[in-house]
Amino acid sequence: MMLLAVLSGFLLAFAVPALHRLAGQHIGWLLALLPASLTVYFASLIPSISRGETLLIEYQWMPGLGITLDFMVDGLSLVFALLISGIGTFILIYAGSYLKGHKDLGRFYIIMLSFMASMLGLVLSDNLIAFFVFWELTSITSYMLIGFNHEDEEARKCALQGLFVTAGGGLVLMAGLILLGFMTGSYSFTEILASDLQLQEHAFYTAATVCILIGAFTKSAQVPFHFWLPNAMAAPTPVSAYLHSATMVKAGVYLLARLNPSMGGDALWSGSLMLFGAATMLTGAYLAFSSTGIKKVLAYSTVMALGTLTMLIGVGTELAITAFICFLLAHSLYKGALFMLAGALDHETGTKDITKMGGLRQSMPLTAAITCLAALSLAGLPPLFGFVAKELMLESLLKAPLWSTGLLVMAVASAILVVAVAGLVAIKPFFGEVRRTPKQPHEAPFGMLVGPAVLSLLALIFGVVPFVPASIVLDAAISSVYGGSVQTALALWHGINIPLMLSGTSLLIGSLLFYKWQRLQPNLYAINSVGSRIGPEAGYFRFMLGITQVANWQTRLLQNGVLGIYLLILVLVTFGLAGYTLFIKEGFHLDFDFSDGYFYEFGIALLLIASTIFACATRSRLGSVASVGVLGFGVALIFIHFSAPDLGITQLLVETLTVILLVLVLFKLPPFVNLSSPWERYRDLAVAVFAGIVMTLLILAVLDIQYFESISSYYVENSAGLAFGKNIVNVILVDFRQLDTLGEIFVLALAAVGVYSMLKLKAEDQNKS
Amino acid sequence: MKSSTLILNTAALAIVPLQLMFSIFLLLRGHDEPGGGFIGGLVAASAFVLYAFSFGAESTRKLLRVTPRDILAAGLLFALASTLPALWSGQPMLTAHWWELPLPGESYLKLSTVLIFDIGVYLTVLGTLMTFVIGLMEAEE
Repeated sequence: MMLLAVLSGFLLAFAVPALHRLAGQHIGWLLALLPASLTVYFASLIPSISRGETLLIEYQWMPGLGITLDFMVDGLSLVFALLISGIGTFILIYAGSYLKGHKDLGRFYIIMLSFMASMLGLVLSDNLIAFFVFWELTSITSYMLIGFNHEDEEARKCALQGLFVTAGGGLVLMAGLILLGFMTGSYSFTEILASDLQLQEHAFYTAATVCILIGAFTKSAQVPFHFWLPNAMAAPTPVSAYLHSATMVKAGVYLLARLNPSMGGDALWSGSLMLFGAATMLTGAYLAFSSTGIKKVLAYSTVMALGTLTMLIGVGTELAITAFICFLLAHSLYKGALFMLAGALDHETGTKDITKMGGLRQSMPLTAAITCLAALSLAGLPPLFGFVAKELMLESLLKAPLWSTGLLVMAVASAILVVAVAGLVAIKPFFGEVRRTPKQPHEAPFGMLVGPAVLSLLALIFGVVPFVPASIVLDAAISSVYGGSVQTALALWHGINIPLMLSGTSLLIGSLLFYKWQRLQPNLYAINSVGSRIGPEAGYFRFMLGITQVANWQTRLLQNGVLGIYLLILVLVTFGLAGYTLFIKEGFHLDFDFSDGYFYEFGIALLLIASTIFACATRSRLGSVASVGVLGFGVALIFIHFSAPDLGITQLLVETLTVILLVLVLFKLPPFVNLSSPWERYRDLAVAVFAGIVMTLLILAVLDIQYFESISSYYVENSAGLAFGKNIVNVILVDFRQLDTLGEIFVLALAAVGVYSMLKLKAEDQNKS
Repeated sequence: MKSSTLILNTAALAIVPLQLMFSIFLLLRGHDEPGGGFIGGLVAASAFVLYAFSFGAESTRKLLRVTPRDILAAGLLFALASTLPALWSGQPMLTAHWWELPLPGESYLKLSTVLIFDIGVYLTVLGTLMTFVIGLMEAEE
């Protein structure tokens, strides 16, 4: 059941094209049935989870490698699963209206459903490797969704940037997860969390922590990787609302929260989380305040929220974790709603620029009302759930064991900016004088408003009765992040205390900032343009440019088109390494023993040597090819002499065909001239002689040294019994070592395709000219 | 490139069918005696190369009826298809399966996934070499 629940998104994605033809424009409503029923399914797990149980559902995947598809449901993963499926339901409905009539609507839903399934897999996986696979799947689907308008160059660039940052961080994360697996001896989250190992004292702890933090920070857009998230706004708005605010960007935070009971408590862990989290929070809040595009404003305020969440995990007290879970829920509710509303604004007015909007409440009254409700939660005002979360955050910072004052100052500063941002989102477009927008504004359709309305109402209800969601599922989530049982007593009203006074102050100053926003804008713009020249994004571009330059340089060096150089490098590297290993392991032994040779064996050997020298010395290409052929036939003779008829036949046939192929090519070559200098020829000679000597020594060594018992006797004994064949060579080829042969014929096929395309391209070039 | 010597042309007409028959003989007996898919494929390819040298690339294409690339693809498909029975019965990939069909009289016919695989090797080798040779010959014209 759990397997089906996680993977159903992938399955349904396959059916989308057919359903699209069937349901037409109403496909959004149809597809939303899946996340809706998933929400019901996950909700049905609530009773057992809130009793403090952890469900573990096991499926085998690659048992040989210790990789399973086990799913683990505890408070934390259940909250995430509910958010993913619940918000997903409304997003799918919303997208149906937002992208109405878009030619690629079917494709959009395919990727969207795949993303949803990957995200569910991510938060429910118990196995580190399976977790990583789902993690990368969300990066890839996110890439495809950001670049959904793939005809737009800007969208493609932003998509690639998001992919490079998150997938690059993903690779580092993989290293971290593998280190974690080494440290604990297990790839299962449950086992790691249940073990009482002191990970902090392990030699790998620092390396593993740094790797995991980089992975989580890139995914969750922490400073200095925050720049990809606002650029991801090139995606259609449903994507921004779902991936880039409510779900995917929280994957990093999820990982941090998941590992907190095991990895946390160390100065490195909590210190970096608090430091980077607080920096991200303030940077995000400032950049949100200084932006003019409504989606950018929201994106940067998401960065702010992600920073806050990271910081709260770093603080790590019971109160801070409570604030973390509440803030997570509050943010997903109001930010999902605000993004969808921003999309509705963009859709109905034709602009994203808030300086060009005003007085829209007359034409879009419902949108205005819902936006105000959600923005109240963003600003952290009562009686919304955002208020509860913000008060908890301030209180937990007040009582933080470390850096309490510094974190509190930064939190209040960002709270001030967020109040102003909430004003920008809710007041600026809807109140004041009416401005002309590119499109005649009118109320958004029902499908676009139902999601935001439900989410905002939930934020309101949870705000009024915060103990209800807490007792249902939040307490369990807090316990699983904190690593011990926690009973909260959330309430809207705590009396007049320091957090409330801080909130009041930030409301006042924030309103003032909002009032002055228009006048501050030019200055902010100037600061930001300096920032973008020296900021981390500029570093990203320099890095990408550097990669291209290094690639160019090494291509010029190693793959400059002179085939002789390729051969030289290959031979030198191969024989250099082989010779070195041989020397280190065995030393060199030169003991030839010709006593048991027959005269005709010497005859063949002489023939081989003579043909080799002739092939190198002759100035005629045909002669050279023919003497290489003689060499091959000589080798075939040796095979036959030592009773290996299969090898002999193969060698003969291959030699024949090689000579034919070479002759076919020879006709196309220009006349023979010496292009290489004597020095180059002596160099080549030296390399060739070196290779020959190493090979000779190697073969001599092979005769003497045997590390393992030879496997030939096994083949000889079992060829007829196990594989029903008497020709051992062939039995090895097609049965014992069939996988090798399968690989080889694919290599053959690849070579054929390569030759074919080279010949075809050449022919086309000639046709053009 | 096309030779117009009468001797080669006449010889080719006689030798090519014999070579092809011999290649199939090699393929089928490969499991017990020298031979097998790889050698068989090489012999078949040399038969077609001889034909191509005598009558040109165009007529070789006609003789083959399908493009060499399709032969190649068919070979890979055969090789992959031979892995399916093991997959269906839940055994590790590439586990060999054998079937024995009784024939009239005392004898019986031995069939196996190994043989299917060998046919795949045969076709792949043949397809690869013919892609090379016909491609090169046509590039010349």
